[in-house]
Amino acid sequence: MLGPLDYAIWSVGFLMEIYVVVCSLFRRDFFRYIPLNIYMLAVALVTWGQYHFIHVYGLKSQNYFYYYYYSDTLLCILMYLVIIHFYEQVFREMKVSRYIRGAAALLLAATAFFSYMVVHQNKDHLTTRFVVELEQNTNFVVVVLTYLLWGAILKLRETRTRLIQLVLALGVAFSATAGSYALRNLFPEAYMLRWVPPLMGVWLPLAWAYTFTKVPEDSRLAPARLMARAR
Amino acid sequence: MMAAIICVISIVAFLQFFVSYCRSILATSRKVQLSDRVREVAGIASENVAAEDFQRLLQLVRLCPERGDDQTEIRAVGTYYGFLHVIGRACSSIIPRIAAWSERERQNCSYFAAVALDRRISYSRDLLTQQAGDRF
Repeated sequence: MLGPLDYAIWSVGFLMEIYVVVCSLFRRDFFRYIPLNIYMLAVALVTWGQYHFIHVYGLKSQNYFYYYYYSDTLLCILMYLVIIHFYEQVFREMKVSRYIRGAAALLLAATAFFSYMVVHQNKDHLTTRFVVELEQNTNFVVVVLTYLLWGAILKLRETRTRLIQLVLALGVAFSATAGSYALRNLFPEAYMLRWVPPLMGVWLPLAWAYTFTKVPEDSRLAPARLMARAR
Repeated sequence: MMAAIICVISIVAFLQFFVSYCRSILATSRKVQLSDRVREVAGIASENVAAEDFQRLLQLVRLCPERGDDQTEIRAVGTYYGFLHVIGRACSSIIPRIAAWSERERQNCSYFAAVALDRRISYSRDLLTQQAGDRF
């Protein structure tokens, strides 16, 4: 059974996802950040679907189990598009959009092929452990892409505060999620780790909502100041 | 083996992203000069604000009427301060450089709290002025 805390996390996450889209619509940023807004709408739709599946089939049902993990994997693919969009923004002045898109298509195809091979080999035993492993890998690819993007931001001295905060919030969410899935893989009995993905599901729209609300598009920041250096 | 590698890399990446995110919030407050009023209220004599003043400044912030738009960042910086406090204590005798860095970061957190207090005091004064104006 779900407790009040589960419902609270769920509701806050859902409301924040809708808020991000509404906020960017009102501030006329919807088309500037269209992959991000599509992603937020998709997450809100998936959240609503989870609620529906739990009430129709139950929390412990196989239907909910597969819906949860596979919709999350599909969201990860949408997230690739968001990250590619951020890459295009960072490399805008270098006019390399065509190459970024090409590399992204190649990466997506490679990930799809790798996932197909893994699923094909494990089709007779699609267990919890396998699904957790798949989640861990797809989330980790997002972490690697975000980390490379962060490196590019620092190297190219990107100063747009909004873009920097959007990317950092993304990095926090996916590194925590990938880390928690990896820990669950290592310690399947660690129950507390199950709270990390839903909490990060609230964190990401909350941090993005904060950025869209408080940080103007023309705000600038020196990214070198954000690096932690012990002197 | 793969899970262990992913776990270690993810934790390191998480720490870097989290610290950088919090610093991006703190960086905006560093551009703001503290008013004489807030220095007087909080008893801040020097240019920098002491790391230990953070909790006291937060208590003062909570005494002022809420502006409604600064809660998220205050909570985020509060979490960052707690994290730095733990890091500083753990590293104070083992890695003094990290402890010194943590101290500087906590000073920035305190400065952020002082800026938040300054904004709330201004907001309270505006409210009072508005109420006085409505009365007459």
